[in-house]
Amino acid sequence: MNTESLGFIFLNATLINNFVLSLFLGICPFLGISGKRDTALRMGAAVTFVMLVSSMAAFGIHHVLVWLDALYLQLIAYIAVIASTVQLVEMFIKKFSPTLFKALGIYLPLITTNCAILGVALFQTLREYSFLQSLVFALGAGVGFTIALGIMAGLREELNLADVPSLVKGAALTLMLAGVMSLAFMGFGGLGG
Amino acid sequence: MSEAEQKTETPEANPARSGEMIRALVGVAAVSGILISVVFQWTLPAIKANRAEALQKAVFAVIPGVKTVVTFEVTQEGKLVALKEDKEAEEKMYAGYDQQGQLAGVALEAQGQGYQDVIKILYGYNPEKEHVVGINILDSKETPGLGDKIGKDPKFLANFEALDVRLKEDRSGAVHPLEVVKQGTKSKAWQIDSITGATISSKAVGKILNASVPQRLPVVQKNLDTLKEKP
Amino acid sequence: MQDMAGQTAAPTLETFLEGIWKENPVFIHLLGMCPVLAVSNSAVNALSMGLATTFVLVLSNIVVSSIRNLVPSQVRIAMFIMVIATFVTVAEYLLQTISLEIYAALGAYVPLIVVNCIILGRAESFASKNPILPSILDGLGTGVGFIIAIFMMGALREILGSGSLFGVALFGDQFEPWVVMILPSGGFFVLGFILLILAWTQERMKGEAK
Repeated sequence: MNTESLGFIFLNATLINNFVLSLFLGICPFLGISGKRDTALRMGAAVTFVMLVSSMAAFGIHHVLVWLDALYLQLIAYIAVIASTVQLVEMFIKKFSPTLFKALGIYLPLITTNCAILGVALFQTLREYSFLQSLVFALGAGVGFTIALGIMAGLREELNLADVPSLVKGAALTLMLAGVMSLAFMGFGGLGG
Repeated sequence: MSEAEQKTETPEANPARSGEMIRALVGVAAVSGILISVVFQWTLPAIKANRAEALQKAVFAVIPGVKTVVTFEVTQEGKLVALKEDKEAEEKMYAGYDQQGQLAGVALEAQGQGYQDVIKILYGYNPEKEHVVGINILDSKETPGLGDKIGKDPKFLANFEALDVRLKEDRSGAVHPLEVVKQGTKSKAWQIDSITGATISSKAVGKILNASVPQRLPVVQKNLDTLKEKP
Repeated sequence: MQDMAGQTAAPTLETFLEGIWKENPVFIHLLGMCPVLAVSNSAVNALSMGLATTFVLVLSNIVVSSIRNLVPSQVRIAMFIMVIATFVTVAEYLLQTISLEIYAALGAYVPLIVVNCIILGRAESFASKNPILPSILDGLGTGVGFIIAIFMMGALREILGSGSLFGVALFGDQFEPWVVMILPSGGFFVLGFILLILAWTQERMKGEAK
């Protein structure tokens, strides 16, 4: 039984141990986001939603597996659920907002292999969170992911106008930026302690 | 990265295809399930042996003079029952016995929030002398070079070789709750010298022990007779 | 995300070598970043993660290649992922028998191998279109490329950040380690730096070729 408070769990997932900048989850979309803040925020929203749904499903699956004494099937079950959720979200977005669907493009199906989503399921199981704690954790992870993505997109947007040596442009630049951001976020350590 | 499958096809248009898809998925799922459970069973004995060995090493590190370790489960009523093999239990404690089969001490796990993340520790307790006799940081994500000294700094670890955790008469808590003091100012047996530059991590260890002591040591004391008889 | 060219290749040495340099999954295609950054704070961890990933990669390539003609295209991604997840679970148990310590050090990143884009990427763009032997070579080559990348990171970060390599202290007691290297930000910086050097080298080579 985990005794962390809900507020702390949220703060932890969002800032102190930010999924992207501390735990290195969700790097692929993070590096690929091309400096359009809008797309970044929408991507973040989609990811948060998938995280919440997967978190609930993972919680249920874990307890069923414990009851069946078949914990070795956990990884496969988690990934199956995540893949299905992403499919559903994709169909949903396509139906209700074709413009958003187009804007997200290839990134939408890529959410399946977004380590952050599986990371939420795995960590909440590892830390033995209750149902409510898991939900708050998933929400915090999604919000933290969106924050990191939003900041990076904003920075890239600004840097497009700056005089960056061509050698550095692209992945190298993004990584350096990420390094500085990660360093900055370390300042949140000890928060709420 | 690949494209997503086309979702423009509606299920009604291809009933045969649906059946094929489902068969394929179920087939893969079944074979996967079987493969995994086979490997699981096959590796189980080796993994159990590894875990037992790791446990032995950890307990040896926190209780001096231990030769064998027996795991006990704490039941709902607060009694101790010796656990067989690798069985799971909500609350466990590890009794260490010396060469002559006498109880050398009990190792207990405790955890709590450190600076960066949760710190898990194993500490050794000598019920006769009512001292903590050693700690081992099992898991921590404290800042390398600063907070993580709590697991390595010999002067810090020396704090825990004879830490006074005497319980009150009614066993409701410790007579002297542990205090974490500035480095070099330790004067009492229930004080812990913190590490300069890692105050929060040091204080966290103190907090973790203070939370664990009133909860777990009374159980040890109550069941001392059960523990002394090596199963 | 670039699309990796899948060719119907005969089992040649070329297939194997491509994965290592020209089509290095990490440095050229920028895939599999999560474990490269997360687990590369020590050489031992990096090497173990590299080997575990290669293990899963080769086995899943074999299976995907074997069933490539039986898989309905609609659900192929789901099936590939399930195959990969199976081998990752197998790898988890094998790792626990070999060394509990390393398994604990790698932590949650072992099950996360299943979402390592490299493995799904190779399954989709090569193994599902090629016979078994070339797929094995492709898996091995890509895996070796991955190991080289993650090991380079791991070694660099450990040497600079802990003053040791494989746990063996290199510089003696007076050495003040560059701690940021083993922190998350260090991971970002070192990888960015390596990419920078690579870009610079490529520019140089292009310049000399002119």
